[in-house]
Amino acid sequence: MKRITIDPITRLEGHGKIEIFLKDDGDVENVYFQVPELRGFEKFCEGRPVEELAQIVTKICGVCPGCHHMASGKAADAVYGVEPPPTAKKIRELFYMAHFVHSHIAHFYALAAPDFVVGPTAPAAERNILGVINKVGIEIGTEVIKQRRIAQEIQALLGGHQTHVVLNIPGGVRKGLTEEQRKDIEEKAKGFIEFSKFSMKLFNDVVLANKTYVDLIVNGPYSLNLHSMGLVDENNKVNFYDGKVRVVDTKGKELYKYAPKDYTEFVAERVEPWSYLKFPYLKKIGWKGFVDGQESGVYHATPLSRLNAADGMATPLAQAEYEKMYSTLGGKPVHATLAMHWARLIELLYSSEHLLELSRDPEITGKELRTPLTKTPSEGVGTVEAQRGTLTHHYVTDEKGIVVRANLIVGTTNNNAAICMSLKKAAQNIIKKGVKVDDGALNMVEMAFRAYDPCFSCATHHRPGDMPLILIFRDSGGNIIRTLKRD
Amino acid sequence: MVSPYPESTINPEKIHPVTEYKVPEGKLELPEFYNDVRPLDQVTEVDYYMPGCPPQTERLLEVFMAIVTGAELPPKGSVIGALNKTQCDECDRKKSDNKLIKHFYRPTQIQDDGVTCFLEQGVICMGPATRGGCGYRCIKGNAPCRGCYGPSPDVTDPGAKMMSAIGTMIDANDEKEIEKIVATIDDPAGTFYRFSLPGSILRRKIL
Repeated sequence: MKRITIDPITRLEGHGKIEIFLKDDGDVENVYFQVPELRGFEKFCEGRPVEELAQIVTKICGVCPGCHHMASGKAADAVYGVEPPPTAKKIRELFYMAHFVHSHIAHFYALAAPDFVVGPTAPAAERNILGVINKVGIEIGTEVIKQRRIAQEIQALLGGHQTHVVLNIPGGVRKGLTEEQRKDIEEKAKGFIEFSKFSMKLFNDVVLANKTYVDLIVNGPYSLNLHSMGLVDENNKVNFYDGKVRVVDTKGKELYKYAPKDYTEFVAERVEPWSYLKFPYLKKIGWKGFVDGQESGVYHATPLSRLNAADGMATPLAQAEYEKMYSTLGGKPVHATLAMHWARLIELLYSSEHLLELSRDPEITGKELRTPLTKTPSEGVGTVEAQRGTLTHHYVTDEKGIVVRANLIVGTTNNNAAICMSLKKAAQNIIKKGVKVDDGALNMVEMAFRAYDPCFSCATHHRPGDMPLILIFRDSGGNIIRTLKRD
Repeated sequence: MVSPYPESTINPEKIHPVTEYKVPEGKLELPEFYNDVRPLDQVTEVDYYMPGCPPQTERLLEVFMAIVTGAELPPKGSVIGALNKTQCDECDRKKSDNKLIKHFYRPTQIQDDGVTCFLEQGVICMGPATRGGCGYRCIKGNAPCRGCYGPSPDVTDPGAKMMSAIGTMIDANDEKEIEKIVATIDDPAGTFYRFSLPGSILRRKIL
């Protein structure tokens, strides 16, 4: 049997490896998505004071450190049985909206847009952020970088360090806002809204106005019938910072709605001997294998699943776009994997609008930042929506607040089984007998995992759009028959 | 020791990822894990050390500019993109010359005043043992330094340096009382060596 090995794939935090096994006639037999590393955070969090974890877990990654910081801060509150004062909660959420703005801009423009604005099979040398700027113009390119930087500045203002923030402390936050800073953030939020509207328009003009792209989204090899997970507020609207976890089935019907602390009743993780990353699934349904459909326990936790799992968006402009997406794609729920990009832009608009709301909240400049800790610490769960999926931290401590166990279910981890299946489906439809497996075809396979936005530290590892890949074609005896390199 | 702890992993067959696994289609491989963590210079030759997790933008810019302008580069093995002083030398929190401590506190146990040196408030801050250059951003966010910019100049082991710095601050002469004060430091190893244990003299440092 021939095989194609894609190793390393690099547009995710850490490493990934794709093994594609071919039948003798050249069709795809099976695909394995392997995660060949293990970070060990759950283990070395043991023995640390629980309030230190919010500063330790940010080091997991440079892309969504703010999410781990938030989940950790909330879990530590729960460990001490304490509710932060209203001002502290709002400051956290305001910070968190800026975090979403920065991350969603980075993903859409640097990672996703090359495939649409430049083209899925365009030459690799053009399929990157520079190619995007070349197409849309230098002014827009500059604006992308500027808006993302402004979002980072808001995070640094509140969180000290702009990447590895230090905002949260059990019971509240370490830093408040002055009136002058509040006004400044209000102006910046208005800028984000304009930029989000522009991004929406760009998506409309470039993607939705192009029949080939719409066909690729709706009818391409990028759809899976999965259950959808997402955090919702009391009105079942999408919420990133707080609320209950809602799961809807493949038909859009509510399966569960639960408080994050009860997550182990609803989610279980499976171990496979060929990957260091576990495979979460819906516990009450059970693991039925790498299959999609109503009977399967596999779910996804992505911008699209959040929109599927909710009844709408909590802000007006985002709500209008939400309605438009579902009416264009034939109603709820949507199962087109590539629609995750569309959903991400709707979330960008929501984050910007909500940031503006929070900046105008009279309580945001309040002086009460911490609730005193009076209870003996024990155990707590903190859940937020990370850009890449529902993120849960669960800590158990001794009576001094020293961590004895930590359990993390990370955004991308939720989607491990779904990513495997998406890759298989894409590979089976794109790599076929008689089809030349070139760089463009490979990129079409990669687009299957790129939609999930698996964590990728675009600023530090590789130039966006340039993925060093080595494909090794082997015959059934394991001998190399062809090597395809892209570096 | 461990409380009844709800576990999300269901793995009755006790499956562990293995370095080689046979699937129907062929063999899948995973890299092997070592029973140890090593600093980079014990694994490969290092040209320059640039501290920071991650290095700050301004520092990166300085280094890039030095390279692209063809400036004379420092000798191999130098620390670049950082200052030649400690965090404390940079930090603008109020310090007196009289640092005397009778009790150490975790950040949760005090109300930081936002102005006074953390150590003077009794909160462990890695500033004295950590190289400057990050702009003491965590401290600007009202959190004590945890040492991610690596050891300060002329310090090989930041944990040992920190312990010696702390030793001079303890306000007691009686051995029993000193012990009592030291016992108020929770998780000393995890705090003093958070970013430097694999290269420390406590472990398998090749000196």
